[in-house]
Amino acid sequence: MFSLEHITDFIQQWLYATFNPTMALILECVIVMLLVIGLFAVLGLVLVLMERKVAARMQIRLGPNRVGPKGMLQTAADTLKLMMKEGLTPDGADKFLFNLAPFIVMIAAMLIMAPIAFAKGFQIWDINIGVLYVSAVSSVSVIGILMAGWASNNKYSLLGAMRSGAQIVSYELSAGLSIISIVVLSGSLQVSDIIASQQTGWWLFRGHIPAIIAFVIFIIAVTAETNRAPFDLAEAESELTAGFHTEYSGMKFALFFLAEYINIFIVCAIGATLFLGGWMPLHIGHWEGFNQIMDYIPSSLWFLGKTFFLIFLIMWFRWTFPRLRVDQLLSLEWKYLLPISMFNLLLITLIAIMGWHF
Amino acid sequence: MTNEEIKQHIITGLPNASFDETGEWLQVLVPVDAWKQFAQWLRSDALQMDFLFCLTCVDWAATPAGKALLTMVYHFTSTVFRHTLVVKVKLDRNNPEIETISDCWRTAEMHEREVFDLFGVQFLHHPDLRRLVLTDDFEGHPLRKDFEDPINMIKL
Amino acid sequence: MYRETQIIESAKTTSPNGGPDAVDDGALVINVGPQHPATHGVLHLVITLQGETIQKIEPHLGYIHRSIEKMCESLSYRQFIYVTSRMDYLSAHINNHGCALCVEKGLQLEVPPRAQVIRVLMDELTRIASHELWWGAMAMDLGAFTPFFYAFRERETINDIMEETCGARLTMNYMVPGGVMYDIHPNFQKRVKDFIQLFTNKIDEYDDLVTGNIIFQNRTQGVGVLTAADAISYGCTGPVARGSGVACDIRKLYPYEVYNKVAFDEIIETAGDSYARYLVRIKELKQSVRIVEQLIDNIPEGDFQAKTKAVLKLPKGEFYSRVETARGEFGVYIVSEGGTTPYRIKFRSPGFSNLSALDHISRGCKIGDLMAIMGTLDLVIPDIDR
Repeated sequence: MFSLEHITDFIQQWLYATFNPTMALILECVIVMLLVIGLFAVLGLVLVLMERKVAARMQIRLGPNRVGPKGMLQTAADTLKLMMKEGLTPDGADKFLFNLAPFIVMIAAMLIMAPIAFAKGFQIWDINIGVLYVSAVSSVSVIGILMAGWASNNKYSLLGAMRSGAQIVSYELSAGLSIISIVVLSGSLQVSDIIASQQTGWWLFRGHIPAIIAFVIFIIAVTAETNRAPFDLAEAESELTAGFHTEYSGMKFALFFLAEYINIFIVCAIGATLFLGGWMPLHIGHWEGFNQIMDYIPSSLWFLGKTFFLIFLIMWFRWTFPRLRVDQLLSLEWKYLLPISMFNLLLITLIAIMGWHF
Repeated sequence: MTNEEIKQHIITGLPNASFDETGEWLQVLVPVDAWKQFAQWLRSDALQMDFLFCLTCVDWAATPAGKALLTMVYHFTSTVFRHTLVVKVKLDRNNPEIETISDCWRTAEMHEREVFDLFGVQFLHHPDLRRLVLTDDFEGHPLRKDFEDPINMIKL
Repeated sequence: MYRETQIIESAKTTSPNGGPDAVDDGALVINVGPQHPATHGVLHLVITLQGETIQKIEPHLGYIHRSIEKMCESLSYRQFIYVTSRMDYLSAHINNHGCALCVEKGLQLEVPPRAQVIRVLMDELTRIASHELWWGAMAMDLGAFTPFFYAFRERETINDIMEETCGARLTMNYMVPGGVMYDIHPNFQKRVKDFIQLFTNKIDEYDDLVTGNIIFQNRTQGVGVLTAADAISYGCTGPVARGSGVACDIRKLYPYEVYNKVAFDEIIETAGDSYARYLVRIKELKQSVRIVEQLIDNIPEGDFQAKTKAVLKLPKGEFYSRVETARGEFGVYIVSEGGTTPYRIKFRSPGFSNLSALDHISRGCKIGDLMAIMGTLDLVIPDIDR
């Protein structure tokens, strides 16, 4: 059966056999770097195209259909256009911070890639505090957004950045608590362990209703954390024109744009890993035949399928709901989601201790 | 209320008002110095004219009779009695000044600014009398009959 | 550049009304417009903010001022009607209708019954189209994009019908003094009936998509409350005033054409908030459909235009007519000196008065609320600036 695990193992063995350990490690790093950058580029193109096609479908339009077959190359053309454009810096802007901000947002997105298991045995770094690392690093991106808003010397940007700061800091709590509930169930912070613990079934199904509640809260919280509608107050184009990236143009804008989509991919990947078993195929109890057929589908396809399903869900939100107001956004978090997720965590702990899950 | 009743009410309040019933609605001509008091009376007393639906000005400079005449025209209606009254106030075209009524009808604030902008009527005690649609450094008042703009105006 | 700076400075330092208007030192003054995604035109609002809370709004008008009133003074009574299509371009028919009525009032001209019915049909179709656009744009202001496309799907059908009969999609110029310019297209009745059938189902779809949405309700309920007394004092008309419980529908109060012969309800909500204004417009859609349904099969035979002289001359005097546009009461005030052109003409546009209430009702609201308020005031900027 085709597996990415064999390929990575083979490359590693070959590197260590050919070069000395230090050199091999450096070469591995280079390969990983190239892969991540390549993945970023591909993801950016695919996700933007997907968003436009999904939006078009929901809005009874056709969407891009001119560049390339069925408009597939539209985003490539757009990227090219963005690269050619002049990157303007406003007169009163803090030039250093203004130029630094997009990179911080981008680098934060890149760092979170590390512990994500894309397929069986295909993981950059199986760190033992995987999910903790993810929640820690994902909050770095808010620094980039605040920096962009402040350095732009634009009132809209500043308002957008302040909103974004309040929003991400608040919603991280709920997202964190939802993540912890799965950690409680699986008993480990390591991503590979969490996936392995779902061998017999995904946590979404095994954890009874509390797991489903945790999943729903997780989806809401990450939608807010990635500044997606209906929580896109940081951009809120009808209120703040474009929020924190009003003054950005050209490739610097493209980096923000790309980072948004990468972040969506990452949070959906985390969601798929925690609740939907990552690359683990769908197994149902003792249906041996069914389970074996499921095993024949490559693990990378399972992972990508689940992730893209969640991405579609988030896109669906965006094109359906109106935007919340800033005070409603915060009261939703602090008055509803946070108490519910705290109580939910207690329930899940009880389930985990008593072993009531399937 | 019928026009006769309205007339009776007005005459008791303002003996020197003159009436004109040629139009669709009853028109009353009020002297400029009695205007403010009359407006307040209209708003609050028997007639209950609470809805000012049109406020404008007419420049009579192009007619032989009105070389130095501007007329403020106020269209009132009452949401209680559903009667309509047109009030006219004659102003001196060279020095048009009239008391504001923006404290009685809030809508008048914007309408008066517009009239100030386009006719140059000074509304005394107006809270914020600035040009509304034209730039602050615009010269002249375009809706006056003698306004000339050789670049943008085409004579037909 | 010069103008912008001056405005910001004046907003910072002066408080024209004194007292409660005085602006705190920590206030942030931002310019919304004249180029802004939510102003749907060139409206310029200078907003003083304390954090996210609005302290004061100052509208700056004139970016699309064309001095239509001055232009009309040199146009004949047939010509000036066409200019009014460019004011409230979303209810162009109804504007034209108001002007035609005013000229007819001056000429004491009787409009043939067929023309009257056609005019009312066109008015109501325009009202539906206008409310459609408003509905889509309002949802878009609140961050929901999809309704815009749904609204345009139906609006296109109306535009196609208009195009077939009037020859234009937006500025129709179909009403002339004495009737309408051409007779209706042979397909008109069938297409309108098809449209009505299609549209009745779609209104429920709108309710599913937006009206029942909990986020939408939270965004609009209790936001921008305009009391009935304020609505009257600010001269608000149309759905804005009716959302505050003021009965002001010209079609009911001062019926023109055949409005007194058709059955329809004047929609009145009493809450006065953005949601009430929203509901009024959504329910008005159904009432407009009702009017069209009653009239579409009962267009009387006969002339579509009264016989008029080639050159119209209004007698000396003053004439005022008012009609109910999609945004409220539209008044035309003509002062005639007996010539072929109006001596003075004044258009009382509904948007101008509705805008004046904006500052009052949005104080203390958040920036996000401002979009809900502006959306439900349904401002059309060329109508305000004229």
